[in-house]
Amino acid sequence: MNPRLTRRRFIKGVIYSSAAAMSGAGLYLTNAQSQSSAAVGRLISINVNGRTRSVDVLPQETLAHTLRYKLNMTGTKLGCNRGECGACTVLIDDVTTYACSMLTHSVKTRTVTTVEGLRSPDGQLHPVQQAFLEELSPQCGFCTPGQVIATVALLKANPRPTREEARQALAGNLCRCGAYDHYLNGVMRASGQLS
Amino acid sequence: MPSHDVMPNMELYQPVQVEDALALAARLAERGWLLGGGQDTYGWLKDRAKTTEAMIDLNGIEALRGIRETADGIEIGALTTLTELANNPLVRERYSLLADAAIKVASPQIRNVGTVGGNLAQDARCWYYRRGLSCYRAGGNLCYADTPQGMNREHAIFNASRCVAVTPSDTAPALVALEASMVIRSNTGERVISAEDFFVGPNVDIRNMTALRPGEILTSVRLPATWANATFYFEKVADRNVWDFALVNMAVAMRESGGVIQNARFVAGGVQCTPRRLVDVENAVRGRPRSEATAQTLGTLASQGARPLNHNGFKVHLVDSLAKRALIA
Repeated sequence: MNPRLTRRRFIKGVIYSSAAAMSGAGLYLTNAQSQSSAAVGRLISINVNGRTRSVDVLPQETLAHTLRYKLNMTGTKLGCNRGECGACTVLIDDVTTYACSMLTHSVKTRTVTTVEGLRSPDGQLHPVQQAFLEELSPQCGFCTPGQVIATVALLKANPRPTREEARQALAGNLCRCGAYDHYLNGVMRASGQLS
Repeated sequence: MPSHDVMPNMELYQPVQVEDALALAARLAERGWLLGGGQDTYGWLKDRAKTTEAMIDLNGIEALRGIRETADGIEIGALTTLTELANNPLVRERYSLLADAAIKVASPQIRNVGTVGGNLAQDARCWYYRRGLSCYRAGGNLCYADTPQGMNREHAIFNASRCVAVTPSDTAPALVALEASMVIRSNTGERVISAEDFFVGPNVDIRNMTALRPGEILTSVRLPATWANATFYFEKVADRNVWDFALVNMAVAMRESGGVIQNARFVAGGVQCTPRRLVDVENAVRGRPRSEATAQTLGTLASQGARPLNHNGFKVHLVDSLAKRALIA
């Protein structure tokens, strides 16, 4: 018997070879998942606010759930969780979307922007956030992240909207405090139409 | 009713080819659930009012998106979003009726992900049914809405048959008015049916609002040139301007020539289980000018045969008023 083949070495060898076999199985699984006849896997990467985040996502999980409970990004609020209030509005490829009514698995190849991603790297507020502060737009503040996101999307598409256009663009965001006019003032200020 | 923030466990398939989706739909049949924008789906699943073993997410199939010009009109991929539909130059130029209907659906965020196919194939919005009660539509043997205590303000005034739910779609009446046809594919082939035949009432099939069968996918909607650039009228009456489903909506296409209406299609939504052609109104306006006087001659023609429930008598007047407004507005 080879004196160098100790019991410890033998066990190590078994562990390595089985690890190799397992990684092989992993490769096989990854290949199977790239075929559309297989159900999705749970370990995915999503791009949130310019950062790629690896996260374990259930097939039926909504983006709002992933953001809040997996990535601890609680700026996106959950109001109704039924697509009826707008508090969870985020940008997906610059399009406003209810995060409560979007599967996280559907945004794998897209970019997500939440209210946390609006601040500049030096900590300065986004012009929309600053304008909302100056106009005292939020009352209780719960719907504010959604209102901010909806306004950011509007101003990207239409930098100088009329008040009516702003009203239409923010129509998918409820405010139980009824501070709608204050938000519209904020939109007007953010677009440089209020002095 | 138990309400949950998360959906129950299920599998998710994300095919990128139509053929793969059709194979999955055929294999899973009743055990699978086709997913467009999901805005009708997730409520069912979160509420546990309906469940499924697997979702087939169609959003990755690029071939089902977009609007193409065809030899005779246009073809709209079923996965085209309502926002894309409302903003599409071809649709706005030639079939503004459909763009006007699409922009009235739900809210901006829902239109951004909600699809044409999903808007057409969405399920009834009767709250007794959505609550998961065992009504006729859910396979039971009674209707909770059509009872002395039933809350039926939003329900049908025409052609109820056990179930009194109405079509919730805003685009459906527009597509029936435009004589659209639906392209339905399955593993075994393709069939094309008219929009009028796509929607089925409870007297035909009480469990399904459309002619889609398990294993089938609505892949596109074709609009013929018949009504391109006609005179259009669309109006939706709802309790709120955003989110709400129509109490009554009206989609009208008219061909005018020599100062009179040569031909017209009047279609009302929210009054029965399917979009309702107002054939009597169409016949009455033919050969007459589009005017206040013609509107007055309609009288109560649009609501002939209506059988309102306890709380929806207002829909009778609404459908008459909207038919008249199409000739004035």
